[in-house]
Amino acid sequence: MSISLETAGPSLAPASAVEPAPQPSASLFSRLRNPAIALLFPATVLVFWHFATYGKKYGLIPPPGDVAVELYDLAFGGIYDDAYSKTLLTHLLASVSRVYGGFAIALMVALPLGLLIGRIALVRKLLDPTLQVLRPIPVTAWLPLAMIMFGLGPRSAFFLVCLGAFYPILLNTIFGVRSVDPRLFEAASMLGCEGTAQFFRVVLPASLPAIFTGLRLGLGFAWVVIVVGEMTGVQTGLGAIIMEARQLSRTEIVICGMIVIGIAGFISDRAILWLGRYLLKWSPNIA
Amino acid sequence: MPILDLRGVSKQFVLQGQRIEALRGANLHVRKGEFVCLIGASGCGKSTLLRIVAGFETPSEGKALMWDTPIDGPGPQRGMVFQDYGLFPWLNVRNNIAFGPVSRGIPKKDVEEVTERFISLIGLQRFANAYPHQLSGGMKQRVAIARVLANDAEIVLMDEPFGALDAMTRERLQDELLDIWKRTGLTVLFVTHSIEEAIFLADRIVVMSPGPGRIANEVKVDLPRPRDVAGNDFNEIRRQLSLQLHSHHGRKAA
Repeated sequence: MSISLETAGPSLAPASAVEPAPQPSASLFSRLRNPAIALLFPATVLVFWHFATYGKKYGLIPPPGDVAVELYDLAFGGIYDDAYSKTLLTHLLASVSRVYGGFAIALMVALPLGLLIGRIALVRKLLDPTLQVLRPIPVTAWLPLAMIMFGLGPRSAFFLVCLGAFYPILLNTIFGVRSVDPRLFEAASMLGCEGTAQFFRVVLPASLPAIFTGLRLGLGFAWVVIVVGEMTGVQTGLGAIIMEARQLSRTEIVICGMIVIGIAGFISDRAILWLGRYLLKWSPNIA
Repeated sequence: MPILDLRGVSKQFVLQGQRIEALRGANLHVRKGEFVCLIGASGCGKSTLLRIVAGFETPSEGKALMWDTPIDGPGPQRGMVFQDYGLFPWLNVRNNIAFGPVSRGIPKKDVEEVTERFISLIGLQRFANAYPHQLSGGMKQRVAIARVLANDAEIVLMDEPFGALDAMTRERLQDELLDIWKRTGLTVLFVTHSIEEAIFLADRIVVMSPGPGRIANEVKVDLPRPRDVAGNDFNEIRRQLSLQLHSHHGRKAA
């Protein structure tokens, strides 16, 4: 169940093509075309949002202009000078540290576990059924138990984020290990590479594309569950201010938090995608 | 002493509850430096025989010996060239060729030297850093051949290695293979279903027939190389082989 990364990328090189032809230097117009198309839809939404909410007394949803002002105040202060002014960086850094911290823990557990489950039948029989039953339980459902086990505060947050990132990494690692072309094992053993060496020189590199897909999905899920993760009574974090602002009916702050999570998640996805393309430049399947 | 000695080798598989006799009572001697082709219709056991020599399969009955020692699993002295290449996609040409020597713990300097030598032998100096997906089928098969030669293979086992290539590339690679064979004194066991390819390449052609797979007979090819595929002698052998192969077909259909 590997999820292909980018379907819109350049297609695979035909067998006869040898080295990719140098890209003709694209004109400014053609380089800006795709971003322009991508911005068309959000711009339309903004316009509708504006006219649906602007000038309405006691409206529950603030107009986009108010959100923009609030976002500026959150980031730089100097407008409202309330408890939230100029706190964005603190909250962002807190969330980033939890996302990457939880992701790192998930990686350290899920990667070796996935390799073992994929390679050793006994481990698979021992653990796989349990893991499959635990898998459909949503991270939200773990919240009360996490707070009992890990207490109020960041440890619960790390646990929940880790849980969100865990399964994509695990499942894709298992898939990667189990779908290594058997021909490569034959090739390795007739060349004199057997046993443990085969694991490091064949299994691991051959499953890297699938493992990488798991990492990318896992990091994405870590961002998705950050709000739940920060419902554990932590004081800072984008999720924490969203929940707090909700209780204070500061909907513009809620929306600011959503926007920042979206952008931060997007940037972190681009970063890992870039890393993957660099590390897996041998693979025709990573676009 | 023959480099390769098969004595009454049989192989049965169980496939979906059905017992399949892939090979029955195969006897085969191959001398060092010989170029032997195995030819036959699909299901005649030629690939099974090759995989037993490679060590990927164990015989159900009989013995497979190399230098009088039973073949016990795959090993570097018997290098296999697959039809689908079997190159490691994450390694470039250089490192694919170096894979065997590195696995055997050869010192780094020697690995580099041997790798460069075989990259030149197959004429891929310009593509030493290219990855398999960037190469054409012919180039990939050259790398696959260089990879087993760089690993000091004594016997090269080839399972329809040129079957997926276009006719022109195929002819070029046949010439190159003969050239390498002559220069290195290798022993080659080559599976094909093309009569012409077998006559063009082999010292000796082993004809196999299906149902159950077995060795039917052998044809020696004494024509001088390079062989003229349009010559009278060539055509005479082709006619002979063709008759033999079709008679097996006829029997099966009847």
